[in-house]
Amino acid sequence: MAEYILEMKDICKSFSGVKALDKVSLNIKPGEVHALMGENGAGKSTLMKILMGIYSLDSGMITMDGEVYKANNPKEAMNVGISMIHQELNPILDMPVYENIFVGRELRNGPLVDSGAEIREAKRLLEDLGIHVSPHTLLRDLSVAQCQLIEIIKAISINAKVIIMDEPTSAITDHEVNVLFSHIDNLRKQGVAIIYISHRMEEIFQICDRITVMRDGQYIGTDTTKNLDENKLIKMMVGREITDVFPKVEAAIGEVVFEAKNISRGKQVEDVSFSLHKGEILGIAGLVGAGRTELVEALFGMDRISGGEVFIHKRKVEIRSPRDAIKNGLALVTEDRKGSGLNLGGSVEDNITTVAIKKLLKAGLINRQNMREAADQYIEKLKIKTSSRNQAVGYLSGGNQQKVVISKWLLTDPEIIIMDEPTRGIDVGAKRDIYLLMGELVKSGKSVIVISSEIPELMGTCDRILVMAEGHITGELNREDFAQEHIMSYASAIEV
Amino acid sequence: MGKRQKLMKEYGIVLIFIVLVIVMTILSPNFAQPKNLINILKQTSINGILSLGMMFVIISGGFDLSVGSIVGVTGVVAAYLGMGEHPLIVGLLACIGLGALFGLTNGIGVSVGNLPPFIMTLGMMTGLRGLALVISGGQPVTGISKEYVNISSGFLFGVIPYLAVYFLIITVICAFILTKTVYGRRVYSCGGNLLAARVSGINVKAMQTSVYMIAGIMAGIAGFLLTARTTVGAPTAGDGYEMDAITACVIGGVSMNGGTGKWFGVVIGALIISVIANGLDILGVSSHYQKIIKGIIIIVAVLADVNGKTKKA
Repeated sequence: MAEYILEMKDICKSFSGVKALDKVSLNIKPGEVHALMGENGAGKSTLMKILMGIYSLDSGMITMDGEVYKANNPKEAMNVGISMIHQELNPILDMPVYENIFVGRELRNGPLVDSGAEIREAKRLLEDLGIHVSPHTLLRDLSVAQCQLIEIIKAISINAKVIIMDEPTSAITDHEVNVLFSHIDNLRKQGVAIIYISHRMEEIFQICDRITVMRDGQYIGTDTTKNLDENKLIKMMVGREITDVFPKVEAAIGEVVFEAKNISRGKQVEDVSFSLHKGEILGIAGLVGAGRTELVEALFGMDRISGGEVFIHKRKVEIRSPRDAIKNGLALVTEDRKGSGLNLGGSVEDNITTVAIKKLLKAGLINRQNMREAADQYIEKLKIKTSSRNQAVGYLSGGNQQKVVISKWLLTDPEIIIMDEPTRGIDVGAKRDIYLLMGELVKSGKSVIVISSEIPELMGTCDRILVMAEGHITGELNREDFAQEHIMSYASAIEV
Repeated sequence: MGKRQKLMKEYGIVLIFIVLVIVMTILSPNFAQPKNLINILKQTSINGILSLGMMFVIISGGFDLSVGSIVGVTGVVAAYLGMGEHPLIVGLLACIGLGALFGLTNGIGVSVGNLPPFIMTLGMMTGLRGLALVISGGQPVTGISKEYVNISSGFLFGVIPYLAVYFLIITVICAFILTKTVYGRRVYSCGGNLLAARVSGINVKAMQTSVYMIAGIMAGIAGFLLTARTTVGAPTAGDGYEMDAITACVIGGVSMNGGTGKWFGVVIGALIISVIANGLDILGVSSHYQKIIKGIIIIVAVLADVNGKTKKA
């Protein structure tokens, strides 16, 4: 057997004259987990899309199992055993598990679909991987992590030899990550190679055998995980050293500006009380499903609270809609920037000015000049990488999209900024920009609430952390008491 | 996307329109006669007014099948009120009021009732057609006053048909609302991403309701004018007009997914429909073939639009 199952050599690809990939190489051994790393825009997804046959290459060569390989579409890629699990899953929610597994290659009995065979086969696959889900369950009723496992089953069921996983852990909890990793380990033992794309350093070091780094469309290097550490890796990725991953800006913490008392929202949030001080960054930790997002959405008026009171500057306020929240100086950077943060078809300028549009009027009418100036100001201030303010946000990278969402809120000059998973799926550089921005905000006397599933991130940026589990606040830690194991145990609601 | 491509995409429809006019002029010398061109403007006005209303709904992410039936109901009502017993303004206000009311119903069904726009407006389309038949007794309502007929058949300065003038005024108002007011921007925001609009503090239910009201009001005005033009209030009038309005929007580059579209595209879209109909009439092509041609144009226009959009750098 050849040393490599998949070899990509000197791959070049340009889009309308702009080089997206310049002589990039990637070699994958059978049975290895190979991390592909690089900042957003480094060319990782372009490379993977070439592998999947979504883009064609300009020059270079790919061999699979020693044979020259060229796919014209994902189906051809799958036929030779390459499968991709996308960052954003597209499960068909109203179909049961077994139908989802066989979408597009239904088992047949003559001209008819052989449901019986599909169910049997699905059951076997589920059992093989030790996943306790009935083949008849609708995808709608599964968690994101379970949907991901179904995708993996799909990949296995076509006898994939190479599985590409794009940010597989971006939407799942730490516990689910461990389950996923044990499955990845099994695949590795079966000789399946995995190309693993993630921005999360700890995971890379935990699961990957070798790492290939790309930067600005170029191949930087490949090495075994053993020979690398976090600092070396970051240096390869950004081309310079970032010594301080979580820059902490010291700000004076003042009086209480926001207070939630006994907030409930159905069963998802029960009897939650907390306060937020001026100049404070307050973190909310917890597993997915702990009620963190539900809590902040309720506070922001997206859902009616079923009980409790909110005080801003010691004055009781009623927040029944996002409009009320905005009037009271709140801003919410939602968890799902594509789903609820941005108008993807709209321009950068359109998006930045949506909320604060009334501040930019002239004689009560839309004033393009004011809007342009506001957009340009934030493009510069937040270092948003875009060809122009007229660019549709859908074409920006994740980090830049997130900056657009944050800009649109900052333009309203809010006093309290709530950020729900603000760094999910964005690269090291953009993450750092966002941490710095949070620091700047509190320094200028504002207050920030940040939800994150990455505990190190919360520990690095927050002044205080609340931990939620099953709709309740189960713990509260001040900066001097931060410890990952305490947060974890509160999050799993285990008494220490 | 290069600058030229972008310009082409935004103003390509204007170019197509000019080419079409040139082709028609070459094919038929009668086409470019001033009298015929004015006639085209007149023929465009009622569909144009409906299309502008439809534009608001489609940009906001909705869809309205009921406007043709609203034209029917308001046309009949206008005929009853337009026999000389009341000042004309009474008929006009009644039509606008009824249109707004029907639009409000559509809007509430969609925004509060969470009904798919297709279903809600399909129901209204069917029901209101019935209502037009009931109040007219199934017969065309005749006997409208001379004065009422004149509002459609007259000419400004003896040359420009009043109908075209009304269309022009309404176009200016709609363009102003869409491009210059906060309301207009929010129509786009809702169509672009309804959830994001809501999080951004926009009252999306009120927005959704109001766009259907605009479409309803436009249909009311169209009903009022159509009765003047045809001199009868026919309960079957306006049948299929909703499709012409949607066609104008779609040809004019308004995306059925919402969030995008320009007012001048819609105006040109409406003009293209009339030019084709008029040109083919002059050339003596039967109306049966005209339908086939119109169908092809709708599909080709959207085909070009959709595939132009998904191409990304």
